[in-house]
Amino acid sequence: MDLPGFSLDMASLQESPRPDADETYDVLILGGGPASMSAAVYAARKLLKTAILTRDFGGQMLETSEIENWLGAQSIHAKDLISQFEEHVKSFEVPVLEGQSITGIKKEDDLFKITMDSGEVYTGKSVILTTGKRHRPLGVPGEKELGGKGVAYCATCDAPFFKDKRVAIAGGGNSAFTTALDLLKANARVSLINFIPGWQADEFIRQQVDKYEKSALYDNHQVVEIQGADKVEAVKIKDRSTGEEKTIEVDGVFVEIGLLPNSELVKGLVDMTDSGEVVVDCSCRTSLEGFFAAGDVTTVPHKQIIISAGEGAKAALSAYSYLVNKFQL
Amino acid sequence: MSMIDKKQKKQLKDLFQKLENDVNIIMFTQEFECRHCKTTREMLEEVSDLTDRVKLKVLDFVEDAAEAEKYGVDKIPATIVKGEKDYGIRFFGVPAGYEFTTLIEDILMVAKGVPGLAGDVLEEVGKIDEKVDLEVYISPTCPRCPKMVKAAHKLAMANNNITAAMIEAAEFPHLIQKYEVQGVPHTMITEEYGFVGQIDEKQLATEILVALGKKSPEESEFMHEHEHEHHHEHE
Repeated sequence: MDLPGFSLDMASLQESPRPDADETYDVLILGGGPASMSAAVYAARKLLKTAILTRDFGGQMLETSEIENWLGAQSIHAKDLISQFEEHVKSFEVPVLEGQSITGIKKEDDLFKITMDSGEVYTGKSVILTTGKRHRPLGVPGEKELGGKGVAYCATCDAPFFKDKRVAIAGGGNSAFTTALDLLKANARVSLINFIPGWQADEFIRQQVDKYEKSALYDNHQVVEIQGADKVEAVKIKDRSTGEEKTIEVDGVFVEIGLLPNSELVKGLVDMTDSGEVVVDCSCRTSLEGFFAAGDVTTVPHKQIIISAGEGAKAALSAYSYLVNKFQL
Repeated sequence: MSMIDKKQKKQLKDLFQKLENDVNIIMFTQEFECRHCKTTREMLEEVSDLTDRVKLKVLDFVEDAAEAEKYGVDKIPATIVKGEKDYGIRFFGVPAGYEFTTLIEDILMVAKGVPGLAGDVLEEVGKIDEKVDLEVYISPTCPRCPKMVKAAHKLAMANNNITAAMIEAAEFPHLIQKYEVQGVPHTMITEEYGFVGQIDEKQLATEILVALGKKSPEESEFMHEHEHEHHHEHE
């Protein structure tokens, strides 16, 4: 593979101030994806006392390569777009706590208390939850045991290790087909395995995959087991219409079967759907006063960067209205 | 052709104006340069040309074998970022793609002379009282990898017992095979203890302590893998 050149991420070279645990913030933003960063810019521009608590910047954008539907950029590297977002946020000197996980969220009187795994507690008059989603695992035997040993979830990271090899991809949507393309470009032989009948991916990307001869499609098939002693050796699949089982010898399995909302922390605190998405109204309000949510963690349809960014902006403006009414800010 | 584009050179020049101390970069290549050796050397020459503070010394892996041994360099291209002191910060293979930023962050960190870790992290790192050589296998297009390499480099800077190397996996196929690297970032702490995925500095220190047998495997995020590796060893 050709070298990708030298990429300078100016945003990560800039340090942000650390949030102060003794301070009461107007708004605490939980998460670091496009919804979070957009909310931070809008909150900062309203001069709200804002802090971001996040594991990292970029969220799910960290797991993709080229982005071709961000308005104004016909094609941009995900990491470059994250860097631009991050620089924008950092230009307001918004305090950021990065790299820690949140362990507790509660509301006491009119204030929210956010506990971090270090034990530190941050206080806010309002909260915007933008914790996004994470990869849904297959939940089949062999998946956990062979994680990093052929079972992979990030094509842009791990595709180079499957050059000239055989790979199964679980999934039938756009991300499964994007993964297939990344692997086909590395000259891998790919088998796409789709649980539900009918491919969900856009026609445009399916046509790109069809151009390669080294792809096999298994529609309406279920992954039953991932086999291998120390690394992936085969995947067992089942035809869901006939019940017939089949073992395909592969060196890797990429899992692209959708996402789970990162909403466990607010279970019982706000209303959510059975699948765990936080219910919001069109002003990004949840069932709990002062607690807003935006982006992929919510019930807003169509999980897209541009939609998340828009939702984040809306959540910040809604939080601003709330603060003005409630606290006469 | 220039390795680093004009805009980046300007950004780097601005950044380097803040350097308070000299940073020494030692690079090992050889007379008939491998493709990535040449790329690495040319990139480093361009970086060091941007400021008087960054001093580059290019050595020959064969002719300067004694120096190579001193720095623990057993493969090339190898890049060492040091101040007056060698903290054990290494890059094997070209720091290209997203890892270029890691190299720049290391230059800034070494010039500052402190790893910039919080108190509780420093405390955990301070408990490591045996020699540990960390190896972080990466691919240059992996967005989470720079964080893992940076964490390892920070720990190396914070504790003399630790050295930490970025390894560009594709350039060293024998190591990929040896450690069965199939996903990145893949970190090896000792020959037996490795894990895949990005963790923060504190958890990395904890993993090292677990690998050294100074902490219970229950404190590891990858305990099942550890058991697996162990099991494998006795087979």
